Amino acid sequence: MTGRGGTAPKLAPYAFVAPAVVLFVLVFALPIAYTVYLSLFRTEVKGLGLGRGSRSEVFVGLDNYVRALTDAELGAGAVRVVAYGAILVPTMLGLALVFALLLDEDRVRARGFSRIAIFLPYAIPVVIASLLWGFLYLPGTSPLNQLLDALSLPGVNLLSPAGIYFAVANIAVWGGVGYNMVVLYTALRSIPRDLYEAARIDGCTPWQVAVRIKIPLLAPALVLTSLFSIIATLQVFVEPTTLAPLTNSLSLTWTPLMKVYQDAFGRGDIYSAAATSVLIAAAMFALSFVLLRVTRSRAFGGER
Amino acid sequence: MRLDIAKKAAALGLGLALLAGCGGGTEQTTDGPVELSFWAWAPDIDKVVDKWNASHPDVKVVVSKQAQGDELVTKLLTAAKGGNPPDLAQVEFQSLPTLVSNDVVADISEGAAVAKDKFAPGVWDQVTLGGSGVYAVPQDSGPMMFYYRADLFAEYGLKVPTTWDEYAQTARDLRAKAPDKFLGTFSSNDPGWFAGLVQQAGGSWWSVDGDTWKVTVDDAATKKVAQYWSGLIREGAIDKSPMYTPEWNKALNDGTQVGWLSAVWAPGVLKGNAESTLGKWAMAPMPQWDAAEPRTGSWGGSTTAVTAGSKHQKAATEFAVWLNTDPAAVEGLVTQSAIYPAATSAQEALTNPPAFFPNQPDFYTKAAEIAATSSGFTWGPNVNVTYTAYRNAIGEAISGGGDLVPALAKMQGATVDDMKANGFKVGG
Repeated sequence: MTGRGGTAPKLAPYAFVAPAVVLFVLVFALPIAYTVYLSLFRTEVKGLGLGRGSRSEVFVGLDNYVRALTDAELGAGAVRVVAYGAILVPTMLGLALVFALLLDEDRVRARGFSRIAIFLPYAIPVVIASLLWGFLYLPGTSPLNQLLDALSLPGVNLLSPAGIYFAVANIAVWGGVGYNMVVLYTALRSIPRDLYEAARIDGCTPWQVAVRIKIPLLAPALVLTSLFSIIATLQVFVEPTTLAPLTNSLSLTWTPLMKVYQDAFGRGDIYSAAATSVLIAAAMFALSFVLLRVTRSRAFGGER
Repeated sequence: MRLDIAKKAAALGLGLALLAGCGGGTEQTTDGPVELSFWAWAPDIDKVVDKWNASHPDVKVVVSKQAQGDELVTKLLTAAKGGNPPDLAQVEFQSLPTLVSNDVVADISEGAAVAKDKFAPGVWDQVTLGGSGVYAVPQDSGPMMFYYRADLFAEYGLKVPTTWDEYAQTARDLRAKAPDKFLGTFSSNDPGWFAGLVQQAGGSWWSVDGDTWKVTVDDAATKKVAQYWSGLIREGAIDKSPMYTPEWNKALNDGTQVGWLSAVWAPGVLKGNAESTLGKWAMAPMPQWDAAEPRTGSWGGSTTAVTAGSKHQKAATEFAVWLNTDPAAVEGLVTQSAIYPAATSAQEALTNPPAFFPNQPDFYTKAAEIAATSSGFTWGPNVNVTYTAYRNAIGEAISGGGDLVPALAKMQGATVDDMKANGFKVGG
């Protein structure tokens, strides 16, 4: 296309992309660059560190990264998150899949109500959900323990060092099943119905239809929900932060993101917090990339 | 979704960038009335400030309730970095060195040194950090005391413990008579509480020698306190769940917690968290290590500081001194904000007991006597690091069997490592 005089036509496309580019640069590229910049510095204190001008910003290269990578607490936090994810992701997606398949059955009743009932916890803010569950977990206020007590059975303490993984994962399962169910259910509804009919004519039981037809066709949606769930797992922050004051079993640096928060706002060291943030972002990016690579050929079949 | 974490980091980065960008306002001319912003969290402190505004038309103070305690420190650090801090801020004693070290609060010795005589020496030392500067004016203090359910003590025939040995024995006796009740709890959630117990035992966590910091978070007195509580925890003589949880509130309400080692401000907390126990509590001095030489520590307490970034430090200093020493102002702080004033004359002037303690008419007379036995304490420039280490390491120690002493080494290590990493000179 050639401009018919004047500069206006040449400028138009730039004008159209300008808002997006400006926003991208302002709220995305610039802050990331600033975070990376900050991660290369630290403060240096002179003497007692009291009085004017006793702190200065000094360039330290990759020191903050080296410190973060060799930090035992950060590594321990990463291990804890993996253990937490090992409980959370299979449980949450398993339940979501079961519910989606059940709701997709023709014989099911009260479908609309069930769908909303399962989805509703997703609409509850995580902080409030964590507080609610915290009340339910505390041995002294737990209705479960009151029930066990009435039956003369020993009480349980989900806030014990071993129980805490389940306690935290349970909140995420409770909140996340509904969301994932809706994604899977929507994908199920888009599968052509005549496939089922053909299967039935060939003598498939509903169980076989589910396992042999529905689940394989759901693979792309399952990959997507897995990816989202794994990323959400790595970002776990609100649940353990809200529960931490209630128990001896949760440290303030229980997950890597909690460590970042503590570094930035507890210790006032935004430099190492920036370095750790960059590392976490890089790890997530790498993980997502590998996961998509590995699953793409299987899940998306012919798509390229 | 994949980029969420990056977005969060970005938001943080952008926030800082914006703050950096909007720093350095214009110098205000001094002809018109001066307006000072004051970040504070004491309840109804704005009503006390109104008194100042009524009598000082030239200097208007505007209260802004931004956050409290440590969160306000975080906000102050960020605001100072961005170049637009408030003029005045309420700051807890243990946070002052952090703020001084970050150049957030101003040395106001010129205007505030006159107030020195109004405060107990141990309190005043905490705003000078042992040097010649004055970094804030003390507002309220939190001498620690022992609170107990007088009705339940009578019911179980318990005597108020005066020494720590007696406290341990009372805890055991109570468990024997009422197996579902506790004399107290050891909380991994409240490092300030533990620091108070350590002060009482004569511990010292930071000290200054020339231009070198000495850090002794695991000193002999601290170890003594930790060992004492380790014994009680392992015996099961006391509870080990954190304070300030719904469970703990319930335990205060239903009498599961029969005692509380707390500070002078406890009546307000009890009123809020255990309203059904009105008039059932009584206050006594802390159990002692050495009954011949009674001492107590402090839990909480705050100051009014002037920021280094303020354009009106002189006026702000004047206000800070007025707020905490003027009789009318301090009376307002006591009646409106329900704080325990740091000024000694105001402590002596308190006559009526707190509303939650109608059964103890001499509450404040006793409190003033106890306050006079407060130990001094030097806070370091990274108390927040030590406190976080306390919460993590003590929590772990309690879940792992109850030996608290190894946790002290972790607190010491975390504190020293952080100071060294920041370039502080740390010796000893």
